[in-house]
Amino acid sequence: MKFTLSWLKSHLDTDAPAERIAEALTALGLEVEEVVDRARALAPFVVGHVVSAEKHPNADKLRVCMVDIGTSTVQVVCGAPNARAGMKGVFAPPGSVIPATGTVLEKGVIRGVESAGMLCSERELGLSDEHEGIIDLPGDPPVGASFATLAGLDDPLIDVALTPDRADCAGVRGIARDLAAAGLGTLKPLAADPVPGRFPSAVKVALDFPEEARDACPVFVGRTIRGVRNGPSPRWLQDRLLAIGLRPISALVDITNFVTHDLCRPLHVFDVDKLAGDLTVRLARPGETVAALNGKAYTLQGGETVIADAARVQSLAGVVGGEESGCGEGTTTVFLEVALFDPVRTAQTGRRHGIDSDARYRFERGLDPAFVVAGMEIATRMILDLCGGEASEPVIAGAVPGGERRIALRPDRVRTLGGVDVPVPEQRRILEALGFQVSDGPDGGLLAGVPSWRADVHGEADLVEEVMRVKGFDAIPATPMERLETVARPALDPQQRRGALARRALAARGLLEAVTWSFMDGRNAAFFGGVHPGMRLLNPIASDLDVMRPSILGNLIQAAGRNADRGFPDVGLFEVGPAFREPTPDGQDVMAAGLRAGGAVPRNWHGGARAVDVYDAKADAMAVLEIAGAPSANLQVSTDAPDWYHPGRSGCLRLGPTVLARFGEIHPAVLDGLGVSGPVVGFEVFLERVPQPKRKAGPARPLLRLSPFQPIRRDFAFVVDAGVEADRIVRAARGADKALVADVSVFDVYQGPGVESGRKSVAVAVTLQPLERTLTEPEIDGVGQKIVAAVAKATGASLRA
Amino acid sequence: MTELDGLKDELLAQVGAAGDLAGLEEARLAALGKKGRITGFMKDLGALSPEERRERGAALNAVKDAVAEAIERRKAELGRAALDARLQAERVDVTLPVRPEAEGRLHPISQTMDELVAIFAEMGFSVAEGPDVEDDFHNFTALNFPPGHPAREMHDTFYLPDSADGRRMLLRTHTSPVQVRTMLNRKPPIRIIAPGRTYRSDYDMTHTPMFHQVEGLVIDETTHMGHLKGCLIDFCRAFFGIDDLPLRFRPSFFPFTEPSAEVDIGCSRKGGELKLGNYGDWLEILGCGMVHPNVLEACGIDSTRYQGFAFGMGIERIAMLKYGIPDLRTFFEADLRWLKHYGFVPLDVPSVAAGLTR
Repeated sequence: MKFTLSWLKSHLDTDAPAERIAEALTALGLEVEEVVDRARALAPFVVGHVVSAEKHPNADKLRVCMVDIGTSTVQVVCGAPNARAGMKGVFAPPGSVIPATGTVLEKGVIRGVESAGMLCSERELGLSDEHEGIIDLPGDPPVGASFATLAGLDDPLIDVALTPDRADCAGVRGIARDLAAAGLGTLKPLAADPVPGRFPSAVKVALDFPEEARDACPVFVGRTIRGVRNGPSPRWLQDRLLAIGLRPISALVDITNFVTHDLCRPLHVFDVDKLAGDLTVRLARPGETVAALNGKAYTLQGGETVIADAARVQSLAGVVGGEESGCGEGTTTVFLEVALFDPVRTAQTGRRHGIDSDARYRFERGLDPAFVVAGMEIATRMILDLCGGEASEPVIAGAVPGGERRIALRPDRVRTLGGVDVPVPEQRRILEALGFQVSDGPDGGLLAGVPSWRADVHGEADLVEEVMRVKGFDAIPATPMERLETVARPALDPQQRRGALARRALAARGLLEAVTWSFMDGRNAAFFGGVHPGMRLLNPIASDLDVMRPSILGNLIQAAGRNADRGFPDVGLFEVGPAFREPTPDGQDVMAAGLRAGGAVPRNWHGGARAVDVYDAKADAMAVLEIAGAPSANLQVSTDAPDWYHPGRSGCLRLGPTVLARFGEIHPAVLDGLGVSGPVVGFEVFLERVPQPKRKAGPARPLLRLSPFQPIRRDFAFVVDAGVEADRIVRAARGADKALVADVSVFDVYQGPGVESGRKSVAVAVTLQPLERTLTEPEIDGVGQKIVAAVAKATGASLRA
Repeated sequence: MTELDGLKDELLAQVGAAGDLAGLEEARLAALGKKGRITGFMKDLGALSPEERRERGAALNAVKDAVAEAIERRKAELGRAALDARLQAERVDVTLPVRPEAEGRLHPISQTMDELVAIFAEMGFSVAEGPDVEDDFHNFTALNFPPGHPAREMHDTFYLPDSADGRRMLLRTHTSPVQVRTMLNRKPPIRIIAPGRTYRSDYDMTHTPMFHQVEGLVIDETTHMGHLKGCLIDFCRAFFGIDDLPLRFRPSFFPFTEPSAEVDIGCSRKGGELKLGNYGDWLEILGCGMVHPNVLEACGIDSTRYQGFAFGMGIERIAMLKYGIPDLRTFFEADLRWLKHYGFVPLDVPSVAAGLTR
């Protein structure tokens, strides 16, 4: 919403400068985006009188002008064809910045003749595209006067970002009313005296809506005005429209634009001679077309509110008028339309056809229903004043929706809700200044009748806001929050804490935390188990972000690929975030997922460089499970990871039937599909599936019993079938004597010469921890035999010779 | 006695001349060995009278002790020299690099969320969460967005196919549906923050289709707009670490609050550089207000008894302001150079006790 200071002053009697007004507007909730002082850039430019203009001695097309600028007379070399003695132009002195180019004008010598300034064209001053010649000021402006003042440009432009609720402030008058309430001046009266009709209107209007669409156009008023002359509008009107970025077209069109912005009352004028009979306001039929004033043709889907004559649709109601019946130079008889259209339908029509217009902007916010007739009278008078002619009697279809709303405001409510004490008389003054009809309410409070233009005010809280925003939010004293507990309770529940811990655990393992889109490419999602049909976006922002990701891994793999493309192939990434199963509140899982690509240990002079492998991913997954509180000793490993993993180099970590995590090399076909080079290993942990630890015993740990006896270590090398999993050997050894065997660890796996083919040697180190007394050699040997027997029984192993 | 003095000097000279442990052993044998000089003199003692024997024996012992002590001393010297020589030979180039260790980092969004949680926990808030995939009721209707209202359209909503029971499904455009879910499931008093992912169909210099917000909600019988102001001033000053950071509350509009406000923090833009503090200029950072009675009623809370405030702010935005991150879009690119540069070491856990920011 743009307007100039002088425009505002046509409604507000005030001496306040633009800066003060801007501050007040922002404090009122009418946020000022910017105040443009157009005069500032033009300050150096003054009226110059061309005393003489002689041909340049060395150039045919140049003239040497002597220019009187009030304080002195200077010599200017000018190339404009219209430069002549006696004219008055706009003089730019040396040192001034030319607005169109931003260059600093300097004294110069042009073809041997000194030039101490410039006479400017409109384009050079940034006023228009006119560059045929220099500005030839009409009339007899005083020499040396400020050009900006002369041209009416010393009128600051104020741009307000309107919130969607403040329909009333989409007109300059509404803004003036708010400022007056805030004490920045007095709202001037608005004359809307009825214009007497001289004849019955040539055009009649009917509303034709089915019962369920009665609200599409509750009221439509209009009148015929005949004998008008539609030339250019007067300068003051053109200047106002130009200042807010509107192009003056003709007096009739300019009047409708002016009333739209001045009073927030969009209007339309039809050229009666181009209409076929009377007008009907109705819903569009599918396939009807309308050629609009914006030069585009629209085919209607049906259901849009339109204004049609006997032949065709003449206007998209509240959005854009039709080309056919638009007013032009030859227009002599017009029909003025002032109507109310339903905000929701108007917005839908505009959105459906991609039309943003000043009318739509206002209709979809909701216009003042009580201002329909007054708006018509004001517009009629303006047309008569500027275009002549005579007005018919008004025609009215439908009725102005009425019903005054009254809302009670308890005397203490501003304080108890708003936190600031405003005396009741002051509350009353503010509400009245905003146009509320205020009477005494119950218990010393107020009863406020809501003005017709404030459809946004519904309840007591709205009244509190009205009082407070005029009072100013700065007046609210900051009050500390009451402390509920002496020592604050934890903000995170155990589940939330897991996510926070998993992040720091993975970062501590050298992985970088990424945050990637919750979206992914549906084609890539197919690699990760596919997507629930309810997880496909109807309006994706891009074709490769069209589904909700079923796994985080896809995005991370692509991120690794992008890093490799930039020259960084060794990368470890993780993300803790949602993976989407189905569109229900419980249909998303909190996952901790990560990957490692390229080298696990980079080349270095210590040696030991190696590529990533499945055990890196397994370690990451186990670290997350450990920090999340999973009972790590009870975890089982199974080899049934989903098919985006390498079938022979992947696994699941589970507690019975519940899969807590999966890990492995990413399937080469998946990497291929995503255009990423391997090896890449990854893991996914279902953080919410980890059982919550039992809190029966509280935070106390079990009692630690330290044995005074030295542990004993014995190594065993078992030969088993190559397919036997090492975990079975470890479990068997551990189970052989639960009291004594404290730890079993695999320290070597060997296949090759010395071990028959199809079999492998697995060497384990067993730690025995006596608790009662030192073990004797025979006892140790006995445990050893039990271990060998248990492993043999479980796996068919024999001791390696 | 000159004979023994001579012997002593001679033997000590031999010990002192020993250049290595082998030489020293030779000198020891020559003095104290079975055939050593002192041993030889000792053997001769038997031929003397008891008186002479005592006298000469004592003298010989003194020589023996002196030599033995000299041998020990020399042995230590030689040992030390040998160790020095060995260590000299073991010299390595300590300017060589250490074994490579990957350095992990936390994303600035996570760190910022942890900071938010630490501050709001002090003020008695707990963290609430809700689903990213929402329905029209929780995202709009319960929050007092009338159907077809322009405010609804301003949200650039991503839509999903309607649910089986005909609800319009969408990606939440703000974290405010967590307010609704919280109020539907809990009784006042309520003090929560809800950080999380949010989605709007917009992608340019300053918008990404996914971003993060934190929502705050307080519902009880007495909390008013002064508390909202106090809470946000306390938060902003703690978060940005600027004790005199000014905040400006401007009236604004949100369907779910009444009165509503936008909040600016003080800044300076001198020389094109943005600096936060009491410098006279303003920068918008969040929206807030008193929860609209219609929202309370939609969530089954008696609006004649309970009231409170809500606020919402962009997490990326405050992270960018605090940590000088220039471009929103880079947050989601997972460029390892960016993650290492703007990320946080995992042990840097924000807390009010230890400090929010290193």
